[in-house]
Amino acid sequence: MNTEQIDRIIDKHNTDPGSLIQILLDIQAENRWLPAEALQRVSDKLQVPLNRIRHIATFYKAFSLTPKGRHEVHICMGTACHVRGAKRILDTVQDATGIKPGETDRDMKFSLETVNCLGCCALGPVMEIDGKTHGKLSTAETADVLKKYE
Amino acid sequence: MTRLNSPDALERFRQNLLSGRDPDKPCISICVGAGCIASGAGDVVAAFREEIQKQKLTAAVDTKGTGCPGFCERGPVVVIYPEEICYLQVTPADVPEIVSLTIRQKKVVERLVYTDPVSGEKAVHESDIPFYRHQKRNILCNNIRIDSKSIDDYLAIGGYSALSKALCRMSDTQVLAEVKKANLRGRGGGGFPAGKKWEGSRNAPETPKYVIVNADEGDPGAFMDRALLEGNPHAVLEGLIIGGYAVGANEGYVYVRQEYPLAVENIILAIRQAEEYGLLGKNILGSGFDFIVKVHKGAGAFVCGESTALMTALEGRAGEPRPKYIRSNIKGLWNKPTVLNNVETWANVPLIINKGADWFTQIGTNGSKGTKIFSLVGKINNTGLVEVPMGITLRDIIYKIGGGIPGGKKFKAVQTGGPSGGCIPEAQLDLAVDFDALAKAGSMMGSGGMIVMDEETCMVDVARYFINFLTDESCGKCLPCREGLRQMHKILTNITQGKGKEGDIETLEQLSEAAVEASLCALGKSAPNPFLSTLRYFRHEYDAHIKEKRCPALYCKDLIAFYIDPAKCRACMTCLKKCPVQAIDGGKKKIHIINQDKCTKCGTCIEVCPSRFSAVRKISGEPMPAPIPEEQRLLLKASEEQ
Repeated sequence: MNTEQIDRIIDKHNTDPGSLIQILLDIQAENRWLPAEALQRVSDKLQVPLNRIRHIATFYKAFSLTPKGRHEVHICMGTACHVRGAKRILDTVQDATGIKPGETDRDMKFSLETVNCLGCCALGPVMEIDGKTHGKLSTAETADVLKKYE
Repeated sequence: MTRLNSPDALERFRQNLLSGRDPDKPCISICVGAGCIASGAGDVVAAFREEIQKQKLTAAVDTKGTGCPGFCERGPVVVIYPEEICYLQVTPADVPEIVSLTIRQKKVVERLVYTDPVSGEKAVHESDIPFYRHQKRNILCNNIRIDSKSIDDYLAIGGYSALSKALCRMSDTQVLAEVKKANLRGRGGGGFPAGKKWEGSRNAPETPKYVIVNADEGDPGAFMDRALLEGNPHAVLEGLIIGGYAVGANEGYVYVRQEYPLAVENIILAIRQAEEYGLLGKNILGSGFDFIVKVHKGAGAFVCGESTALMTALEGRAGEPRPKYIRSNIKGLWNKPTVLNNVETWANVPLIINKGADWFTQIGTNGSKGTKIFSLVGKINNTGLVEVPMGITLRDIIYKIGGGIPGGKKFKAVQTGGPSGGCIPEAQLDLAVDFDALAKAGSMMGSGGMIVMDEETCMVDVARYFINFLTDESCGKCLPCREGLRQMHKILTNITQGKGKEGDIETLEQLSEAAVEASLCALGKSAPNPFLSTLRYFRHEYDAHIKEKRCPALYCKDLIAFYIDPAKCRACMTCLKKCPVQAIDGGKKKIHIINQDKCTKCGTCIEVCPSRFSAVRKISGEPMPAPIPEEQRLLLKASEEQ
């Protein structure tokens, strides 16, 4: 992500320090993670200390300080999915990819995250990959779904 | 674009809209709420558009993407007007038939309508389906009637008439008095009377004042705010403007979590549309009242659902709560008087203004008036959003509306109130649901999540699950919450792993007491609830885990083992092939045995074992039966046996 792109986002929010979280969210949405240079640029432009920006970037779950893999896997651990066996789905994905929640595998194929509710409880247990929902999963199906991604 | 400068202009515009619409014109409403989209509603919408074009009906039929009508279990849901025929679980392949039969010939496609699983009776109309018949849908009913992206649709069903009435025919004090009289209590969790909160802000000397919609719906298993904001954003907006008028605020915020992209999109669109029509901005409807609304996307922190934390986040900082010696309606956002209410609370306001407090108070119990939306999820047949009058029993919600527990399993408990709520056992199923009764039972209303659990749900694990969630979401400010919950989680995890010891329960109780007494915000104060309520009603399960190292629900992985019953196994090789770790020994006609050393207890074998055999079962707290001798493992055909 280059400086112009970051400046464009900051300008969109009128360089307002009160919009710090909204600015970081836009950068995250465009770049899928927050590189150190981006945080520095935001700090310089908004005149907000870097430590406060890092406080925010680590406090909120939407932000990532490390690059993401080609496919983002979200396992819903909401209560409805939990009572329908979400833990088993998570275990299966961990076994198949070799990574834990919050990690990305070495060849940058998958990033794994757990989320607290995707709001489609009727389909639980649910796994979402790149925004596509896979519902009513069994452990065997979960492993099959993962195989479809390159 | 029309700017509506007076109540008359609004009414004329509405009449104009209605006269241009033919009530007999067929309209296909397809739910495009999150649940149905996940079940493939996007493809269904595309299929309808294509088919209608193909059959040259574009001018004769309307197609609408609407908000969630609640029956997520049978999504995608399609309703055809004016006959109100309700089709469930529609796929793109069904579309040509629906257009040819229902739209052209007014015939019903029988296989797509609701069929009662017990009686086999069919229900063609939405209102005939038992799931809907026992509800009272004052707020949710509009979701399926309007295109969630169209302000004209909202106006056509009488939208913004409450705003017009409030601004131009009532004084601000009259609006406040009406809401107070209705005794509208906050739908987000606490149940604090909205009118009282508004009055506090109104009387506070400082200006400017703010009003906020709290749409940071973080409770796992709860999605009613999402459904409202996605499906009918104008209703929430209308309530907010009315609230601003009553409180004396000219600026409002919608704090919505970014995990709900469609809700963000629809509320931003709704604000723009309202601005264009002059329903937001300067001199609304010629009343002299100015009001603007901004949207703030939440970046993912459960604690930001707490009012003071949310306000801190709005100010652009990390969302940590602050002490409430002075309530936020006196000193809130930027230290100014701020009224914060939940999405559903705001959506109730236009109804109260339009129909009056007397109408509103007819519904409900003594202390809790009106309806409440619950998201009914978990081990339940009809997952979905249900809107019921306060005072309905849990039994009616779970059995009459929810259709009971799937798979003939036995009901164990229902968890209400989100992570810091509590579990209510079967003995209390006849409890009349309202704010006070739930609190008395050791749980709470919360925002309205209702998670049903059956005999296979382990209550110790449920407590562990919620404490884990709250440990994760604790902002870290107060020690008893930050460290105490971490210790509670550790002990509970040990118990579920068979490492529990005498005295654990007492330690957990002490930690709970500290968190309840010494945390600043509601998150910490209520965090031990899941433990306390499961202990209150399910102490025997804790004892079984600690003393007998047994999980009665056969759930906790470390306390169970999988076992193939040699008398039932027909050596079909299904589990053997599917086992991801090759832990099953056997062969064609050779009874299968699980190698316990290799088994990871993933449960695949139980899932895939054909139900006519059901040879795999879980055992806990008892020794593994001795394996059958090798020579008896060969299965002989019945003829060979003789």
